[in-house]
Amino acid sequence: MLHIINKSALSNGTFDSCLRTAEAGEILLIEDAVYAATKGNVLEAKVREAMGRFKINVLMPDLEARGLADRVIDGVSPVDYGGFVDLVAGNKNCQSWL
Amino acid sequence: MSDIKKFMFVNRKAPHGTIYALESLEVVLITAAFDQDVSLVFLDDGVYQLKKGQQTKGIEIKNFSTTYRALEGYDIEKLYVEKESMDARGLTEDDLLVDVTVLTSKEMGALMDQQDVVLSF
Repeated sequence: MLHIINKSALSNGTFDSCLRTAEAGEILLIEDAVYAATKGNVLEAKVREAMGRFKINVLMPDLEARGLADRVIDGVSPVDYGGFVDLVAGNKNCQSWL
Repeated sequence: MSDIKKFMFVNRKAPHGTIYALESLEVVLITAAFDQDVSLVFLDDGVYQLKKGQQTKGIEIKNFSTTYRALEGYDIEKLYVEKESMDARGLTEDDLLVDVTVLTSKEMGALMDQQDVVLSF
């Protein structure tokens, strides 16, 4: 299953809720959620730990818009809009955590 | 209008994902036209508004981050960033696109207390 998250994990509990309930699969961080994928933020350890259970992807146009494209945590996979479509098509189902 | 009031704009939202950051900037520019004492505060995800190097072409949204640099021209020079918020996001003053005054949470609270009007975005 693909979990799509669009809220900043530093100001909203969505990312935490996803990690708490989902067991495995893929996560795609988009919009304000992309901040979680950047080095040096307080959630970095949590993101790294989650990589043991999930493949974590981040939408690069959203990171570029926020000036942080050069700071992706190692192991997080960068994707473009084409990659976004491939993720949706390649997973059995997906959940947009609003 | 001869009475000058102290206006503070508290920015706590990341840019682009929601409209708050841009709307705040619009109101700040309007306020500047009335010759008031304006302070801008950046807290929590609001500090991301000032991140250098924002390239919004890929998401087809106007890059309003350059406007923060123009604030000086409107005599808006009081920009404050909370240290704790920057630290939590792995950011330093070098990452910001304008000169700011970095305050601790306590100092920020004291500054808020001095205001006549506080607008939160």
